Amino acid sequence: MADIEKLKGIASQVRRDIVRMVHGAKSGHPGASLGCTEYFVALYFHLMKHDPKFNMDGKGEDLFFLSNGHISPVWYSTLARSGYFEVGELHTFRRLDSRLQGHPATAEHLPGIRVASGSLGQGLSVAIGAAQAKKLNGDDRLVFVLMGDGEQEEGQIWEAAMYAAHHKVDNLIATVDRNGQQIDGPVKEIMDLMDLGAKYKAFGWQVIELENGNDMEAVVKALEQAKGMTGKGSPIMINMHTEMGYGVKFMMGSHKWHGVAPNDDQLQEALNQLPLGELIDYLSK
Amino acid sequence: MKKYTYTDKKDTRSGFGAGFLEVGRKNPNVVGLCADLIGSLKMGDFQKEFPERFFQVGIAEANMMGLAAGLTIGGKIPYTGTFANFSTGRVYDQIRQSIAYSNKNVKICASHAGVTLGEDGATHQILEDLGMMKMLPNMTVINPCDYNQTKAATIAIAEYVGPVYLRFGRPVVPIFTPADQKFEIGKAWMVNEGADVSIFATGHLVWEAIKAGEILAEQGIDAEIINIHTIKPLDTQAILNSVKKTGCAVSAEEHQMNGGLGDSVAQLLCRNYLAPLEMVGVNDTFGESGTPEELMIKYGLSASNIVDAVKKVISRKQEIYK
Repeated sequence: MADIEKLKGIASQVRRDIVRMVHGAKSGHPGASLGCTEYFVALYFHLMKHDPKFNMDGKGEDLFFLSNGHISPVWYSTLARSGYFEVGELHTFRRLDSRLQGHPATAEHLPGIRVASGSLGQGLSVAIGAAQAKKLNGDDRLVFVLMGDGEQEEGQIWEAAMYAAHHKVDNLIATVDRNGQQIDGPVKEIMDLMDLGAKYKAFGWQVIELENGNDMEAVVKALEQAKGMTGKGSPIMINMHTEMGYGVKFMMGSHKWHGVAPNDDQLQEALNQLPLGELIDYLSK
Repeated sequence: MKKYTYTDKKDTRSGFGAGFLEVGRKNPNVVGLCADLIGSLKMGDFQKEFPERFFQVGIAEANMMGLAAGLTIGGKIPYTGTFANFSTGRVYDQIRQSIAYSNKNVKICASHAGVTLGEDGATHQILEDLGMMKMLPNMTVINPCDYNQTKAATIAIAEYVGPVYLRFGRPVVPIFTPADQKFEIGKAWMVNEGADVSIFATGHLVWEAIKAGEILAEQGIDAEIINIHTIKPLDTQAILNSVKKTGCAVSAEEHQMNGGLGDSVAQLLCRNYLAPLEMVGVNDTFGESGTPEELMIKYGLSASNIVDAVKKVISRKQEIYK
């Protein structure tokens, strides 16, 4: 059983980290990071079997890949809070000589990152490859991947979706963050995804609708349900509806906070809305 | 001039196919991926023997590059197979982010490089691939000269950890290197020692360079011929040692002059040891349909073009030292 209250407390701390990191770097992507916080916390603090003493091959562990790499702040905070590296290192986000690059990368050897991402559309393919390597190795753990909804416009996603179903990659749980926003505006206006769940179903995937991806209990339930659907001959997609900027009122419901940092006053206002739990803030230097 | 003979001619892609099967038998971590060109890439024998380690990707090269990057996580050594055009230009960003920048142990195996692909024409005749691949940090770039060397290289790259671009082709070319050779990445191969000019050739143009060397020998010109099978890392010592001896150089490759072997040699000489250089390669143009033999002549890639380049570079050298 998941301790939902505890997970919520961690999520609040991760959100504090996100806004402080982006504020400190004076750049970054707070909106979708805040919107996906429940998903990351549920994965790393409840669902996945993983070892913070990081090993690239991850044999015997569940693996996570982030395809929409620009939401690195939520991932970095989650990794640090899970013990992959010191939380104090979050302070170096986007600065010179940091392991916390603007978009996730392996070149600086940050524990927890297995492939670079940021140029969109590539993460699903990589996750499928890693899932097939698990099958070849007789490793029954799972592979998770998160994608953005704007990212669904990339053709490679559909090459990969076709492949995963054809090759029965049933140890894979892909989640699409349906925050409905992309850089130039609402996804619906830029390139309407229409019925995305139906599209994945038509490609041969099992689809789970998650109406509220900011409800920790619902997120945990959807992920557990997805886990129960693995091993049945087809990959699983979670159609996860979230609100961009969730937890910080003035950042919610608009694409304006896709890639903008808060100023000093906005940071204070944001932190006032995000309660400190059992954990403590990292130190700014 | 050292005598080179051959008893058989084969396409270098068949060398890849044979090497791929052998390395598959030797190393259980080797896996294969192909984008609907199993026959063209000669990957069928591996697929037959190791069906569980072989993945048909369909006509989806971008996905194939990502899959390969993912398969390395867990210790697999993926060999991707498609034409050189679709192995590079079509998927440059996938290679750049998921393979090169992420430093993944993927072997990108590319057939049908250059104009000698023949009748299919310019859409498929890539002449920019070596340049694109050598520009990527972390990437090793290999372009072997015949069947035996391609087979040996295919086996050797499994032992090297890191991304590799392995280029080969369709034309049937003489087999003149030993069957039992040990392929050493980055180590140039001395074909013929000489005193008057250094010819740096890569791919099947090494054979054209040998033919050129024989013609030149009859005319009293003693050419040193070096097979640069590894474009990156370049064997800079071998090149500089040779040019310090001969005082001039010719590069020969089935590739654009821009970005190819000649470009690498020019950079090296300009920065380390000034000497005149002539380039045999394609000069800023696309290819066209034709037989490989016709195209080699029309695009200036045959032995006679190397002979002409040698004479020109020697006269430039004499101009400098007179």
